[in-house]
This record gives sequence, structure tokens and C-alpha cells, in this order.
Amino acid sequence: MPNSRIKVPKNAKAGDNIEIRAMIMHPMENGYNFDTQGTTIPVHIITDFVCTYDGAEVVRIQLQPGLSANPYFSFFLTATQSGPVDFTWTDQDGTITKNSATLLVT
Amino acid sequence: MKRTGPRGLADLGLCMLVAAAWPAAIVSSQTPRSGYTYLSEATRQLQDDDFANPGMLWVDKGLRLWTQAAGSAAQSCQSCHGQARESMRSVAARYPAYSPAIGHVINLEQQINRCRVLRLKVSALSYESEDLLALTAFISHQAKGLPMQVRIDGPAASSFARGKTFFYRRRGQFNLSCANCHEQHVGSRLHGELITQGQINGFPIYRELWQTMGSTHRMFTWCNQAVRAEPYTPGSQIYVDLELFERWRGQSLPIEAPAVRR
Repeated sequence: MPNSRIKVPKNAKAGDNIEIRAMIMHPMENGYNFDTQGTTIPVHIITDFVCTYDGAEVVRIQLQPGLSANPYFSFFLTATQSGPVDFTWTDQDGTITKNSATLLVT
Repeated sequence: MKRTGPRGLADLGLCMLVAAAWPAAIVSSQTPRSGYTYLSEATRQLQDDDFANPGMLWVDKGLRLWTQAAGSAAQSCQSCHGQARESMRSVAARYPAYSPAIGHVINLEQQINRCRVLRLKVSALSYESEDLLALTAFISHQAKGLPMQVRIDGPAASSFARGKTFFYRRRGQFNLSCANCHEQHVGSRLHGELITQGQINGFPIYRELWQTMGSTHRMFTWCNQAVRAEPYTPGSQIYVDLELFERWRGQSLPIEAPAVRR
């Protein structure tokens, strides 16, 4: 499973806009590169990134081959109630990487 | 008085003395300047952001490998060294260093592999593999902010001399030495790129061109190929020697690992 990094604040006040950051280690091969033998390196990318907050989907991103390696996303979320913030990355081969943090809303 | 006669032996001697001394003179007259200062504002921000810096993915992975027990001895790096924050604080600053047990100068990657083979009883990681880069990045990251301080005296002296010779020797179809660009044309442009001093205080680096992490030796290989010279194998002794010279050359520069470079 690829290495991923997420940043979710531990606490927030209800109604606050909080910044969420997520990054995953992935080569994001676009299919236009060659190896040392001159053979084309096949496309190898992450196709979907989903973030859910307390069970509800808040962000869904479809990734395309043009993106650079180790895709990094940052976005804002309005804190409403305490709950888990889950991140899921899906590889083109179906490999799923998950990461999660709990947000405490006061 | 204007001299018209042929040059005397004394002049020739002086010329030779100057020729012998010029590399050292140029090195010492140049204040080390980190590659960071040549970067664009955006790339600098990327390096400074401890979350967005892609190199931190490798540091994270390095931490996992550091604590993970492996091999028949079921030991991890942490079993012997404890918390890396304390035990590895200054290690990266003094490598490459002479190893009395091996009898020559080795770099951090080689020391990691030595530990793995001798203590963890697992196979050595191949040079430039993701795991070795992760461990090197993790250990180097612990020394962030400390000035590089390598020892070039005593048993390391011959290694240092070889590294220095390498730095000043012209090579490849372009017939360029490292010094031709990284000393004599610092600040000039090569295509659109600024020529830096070629300091290695941020290694291992996340290089935007490679879209991944790379070791010092990968950079040496890349540079050698750029002047159309046959590169040496990463991990070879000549590159370790060059690494020692390069670290000495940038001494007092703070370690930035994992740095982001273009």
C-alpha cells in the first residue's frame, strides 16, 4: 500500500472552515516515458480520490495521466459535528489506500 | 621596468605554484551558497512546507522502516539506536566518514546497509531503492539545520584528495569538469537554468525533474551524463570520495534534507 500523508486539525469550532491536506506517494506514470531500454513505461496512475466527513462524501476527484507524481490536494471543510474524516485513493489496478483522522468539534 | 627577455625559471616556478594552488584558492574564496537560494519562490515554499514537501513522504516511510523489526534477529534500527531524534541528530552532518572496520571512507547509505547486514541480519538494500532513500532521508532529516562537518584529515585524507581530483578533472565529450560550471560559472545560465554551486546539503533531494527522490550519487550520475561522460555506478568509491569533497566544500551550510530542487 503506498505511503500517504494527511493533515486534519484535531479540534475545530462548529461552523469553522478548516483546511484539509492529503498527499500520496505515487509515480503517476503518464505513459509517455521510456525506461533505460527504450521501452514505454505503461500508464500507472491513481484514478480516484475521495474524502468523506462523518460518512458523507465531501470531495471526489478524478485524476488523469497529466498530473505530476505524488498528487497533493488541499481543500476546506466546514466543521459541523465530531466525526471521522476518511480518505481513499483508488489506483487504476483497484489498489485502495485508506487513511483516516478524527475531527473533534466543540 | 618593462621586461622583454624570456621568462626565468623563477617565474615558471611561480606559475606552477599558482597552478597547483588555484583550485584551493577558488574554493576558499567562494562562500558556500545553498541550492535553495537559486530556487524560485514557489519551489522554496514547497520545500519549507513540512506537509507539502514531497520528500516528507520518504521521511515518513523512513520512520516506519526505522521502527519496523526485520530479519532473523527480529531487530529494528530503533532496538539499538533508540529514538532517532536524539541518536541520529548529528549523524548525517558528519558523513561520509572513515570507517576503521572497513578501512575506507563510507557514506550514510553504506553505513545503513552495513547496519542492516551486521545487526538486523537482512540483505543490503540496493542503491537508489525506495527503502534506502527513505531511510537516508529520514536520518538526514534528523540533522536538519546542523552545519555539515566532515573530517578530511587522517585516514580520510586520501579519499578527500581523490574526490578533489575528480571535481577538477575534465571529463566527457564536452570536456568539462565539475568546477567549470559549479565554480567558474556560478550564477550564469545554462539554457534557462541558473548554475548553482552544486552544494549537496539538501540531499537526498526531491527533484522535480525526476518526480521522485534521488541520492547524491544519482545527481552525480546525472551530471556526468549531462557532460556526456560515462557515469560511475552509484555507491562506487569514487563517488563516495567526491561526496566527501563536496560536503567539505559546503561545510557550515545547514542540512536541508529532504530538499526540493528543480
